[in-house]
Amino acid sequence: MAVSSKIIVRVEDLHKRYGSEEILKGVSFTVRQGEALAIIGPSGTGKSTLLRCINRLTEPDRGRIWLEETEITSPHTDINKIRQQIGFVFQDFNLFAHLTALDNVRLGLLKVKKLPKKEATERAMHELARVGLAEHAQKYPAQLSGGQQQRVSIARALAMDPKLMLFDEPTSALDPELIGEVLQVMQKLAEEGMTMIVVTHEMGFARSVCDQVIFMEKGVIVEQGPPEQIFTNPQQPRTRQFLGKISELYGGAGR
Amino acid sequence: MLDKLLLIWESLPLLIRGAIVTLELTMSLLAIGFVLGLIVALGQVYGPRPIAMLMSGYERFFRAMPILVLLIVFFYGLAFLGVSLPAFGTAVLVFGLHSSAYQSQIFRGSIQAIKPGQILAARALGMTRLQVIRYITLPQALRLAIPGWSNEYSGVLKDTSFAFAIGVTELARQGWQIATRTREMFLVFISVALIYLLLTYLGTWLLELLERYLSVPGLAGQRREEHGRVV
Amino acid sequence: MKWEQLCQGLAEEGFLRLACDIAPRLIQGTATTFQLTMLAIGLGLAGGILLALGRVYGNKLIYWVSTAYVQFVRGTPVLVQLFLIYYGLPTFEIRLDSLTAAIIGLGLNSAAYQAEYFRGAIQSISRGQMLAARAIGMTNLQAIRYVILPQALRIVIPPWSNELIYTLKYSSVAFIIGAPELMATGQIIASRNFRYFEVFLIVAFIYLVCVLIISKLLDIAEQKLKIPGLEMR
Repeated sequence: MAVSSKIIVRVEDLHKRYGSEEILKGVSFTVRQGEALAIIGPSGTGKSTLLRCINRLTEPDRGRIWLEETEITSPHTDINKIRQQIGFVFQDFNLFAHLTALDNVRLGLLKVKKLPKKEATERAMHELARVGLAEHAQKYPAQLSGGQQQRVSIARALAMDPKLMLFDEPTSALDPELIGEVLQVMQKLAEEGMTMIVVTHEMGFARSVCDQVIFMEKGVIVEQGPPEQIFTNPQQPRTRQFLGKISELYGGAGR
Repeated sequence: MLDKLLLIWESLPLLIRGAIVTLELTMSLLAIGFVLGLIVALGQVYGPRPIAMLMSGYERFFRAMPILVLLIVFFYGLAFLGVSLPAFGTAVLVFGLHSSAYQSQIFRGSIQAIKPGQILAARALGMTRLQVIRYITLPQALRLAIPGWSNEYSGVLKDTSFAFAIGVTELARQGWQIATRTREMFLVFISVALIYLLLTYLGTWLLELLERYLSVPGLAGQRREEHGRVV
Repeated sequence: MKWEQLCQGLAEEGFLRLACDIAPRLIQGTATTFQLTMLAIGLGLAGGILLALGRVYGNKLIYWVSTAYVQFVRGTPVLVQLFLIYYGLPTFEIRLDSLTAAIIGLGLNSAAYQAEYFRGAIQSISRGQMLAARAIGMTNLQAIRYVILPQALRIVIPPWSNELIYTLKYSSVAFIIGAPELMATGQIIASRNFRYFEVFLIVAFIYLVCVLIISKLLDIAEQKLKIPGLEMR
């Protein structure tokens, strides 16, 4: 889990508004190589919007974002090139319904990276094995459980060999008994040194797996620090309040 | 009784020839309608506002017009403008335009039935808009469209009988000629009807096989309507 | 250059003049078209309800006959059905004038389609309601009359309004057997003045306007008659 000093992502003064509502009011932070960053906070405070701005699935109104030396937000950047380097895992999996697990993972390799079929297949099978689903390669999304679908979607993102993985509440749409298998895969990924940003309500995961935690509320970063600080000694009253409510609900520091 | 059966037996080659023209007409018009319908549907769903509105206007116009009236107007209109097109060609053109309006509705429905998250996911992989349409939207939309398309087949197959009015010797006109020659009106037209019945159910059965062959768990289309008739 | 002639025709030779001249006859034709449509749809309504009841509640024989009828009609072109009635029935000494043949033909055709709407509607009403009606001592017929049909008729309004538009459009087929509706009127006029294209253009315009207006009216009616919780699926 060695975190190097090399900065992978830099976000500077990010703003986004939908109509009259300002979702992001100037958010700035950096993520270094090998770092796992958790973003926590109440629902509807712009966490998912922030994540989508990073690969410009949502266009920010103001502010700049860099992936290593490339400015993502520059109009001269080919965003499709950038997106190949950023894996995105959605809350509701969004697997392609007409393709098997294998083809879901392979499609980007074949059509975006333009790999030859044999190589793409090997790579896809390797990624499926990594998330423990090699034997389900020929199944369609509708034949897989939610947890399995989410693991396929992680494999799909990993196959592109990204520099950065973004997880948008990856376990929120899952039945409780399926959450563990997905978190396990993510933990393994973090331990292998993948740089990742995880929007999550799983406080246990944020605390034990992540290197940095950001607490966000109403479009601004309220507090940021290592998990020990955020969870045991929060500096801001709002952070304390939020974590208090969470532990009331789930007992301890979340699940 | 036997002599009447013999008469039908003797007319059978002509009736089959008519049925082949009917099928040729049906296939050609479906192909034209397919291409135009897909363009209209994509324009309506993904096009900028003016294009989407233009496409909707096109669809509305052709859906509101009775096909027989359209056929006659084009038939005389083309002659009026000095364009000489054989009756068969005119029929293919008019039926094709008409069908494209209905097919666009089928395609639009099935494009919109695809969960939008998948488009986002494909974009997140770095696909361009066109790649998303090609690899995600169309493979699903076309599968979902098969049941609706099967209704369209059975609708246009029957509609092609209107080509009778502009002199195309398809199944109905072939039957008409035999009937007026032999004076066995009822018998001949019942035979013609039975051939149409056979073609209708044969076609829908084949499309059902196709649907099953292409089926993917969790992806099922629905029957929609047949030229304005809910089925 | 033909187009220029058309434009000139509009201005001087009098496309508008032509429209003016033939308007009275076309209006009469339109009236016949509406008469034909309404009678056919009425016949189809009665036939459709009977067929639907036959397919849902009938015994084996009734079920089989009504099903075969529906399948036959839906699998064959309305034009051939008209030929059967207008030219085929005289084989059995039944002679109908062209308008009557068209009304019966379009009506019998529509009945098969309407039967399917009604069948769908009837089947979407829960079995529980039928049982409840029987439980308070109603006969089967009473239950159908007072519980099932009133609901089915409401549910069926949206597809039924489509059927009305459909029948209006397809009533034009009557022209092929010479029933004096709008298309046939146009044909008669054009065969005298040889201005086929212009005459049929006017005819097409009349159809378009009628269809669009009636669709709009039916939309409004549908909104007004909506009952919460009572729609198909």
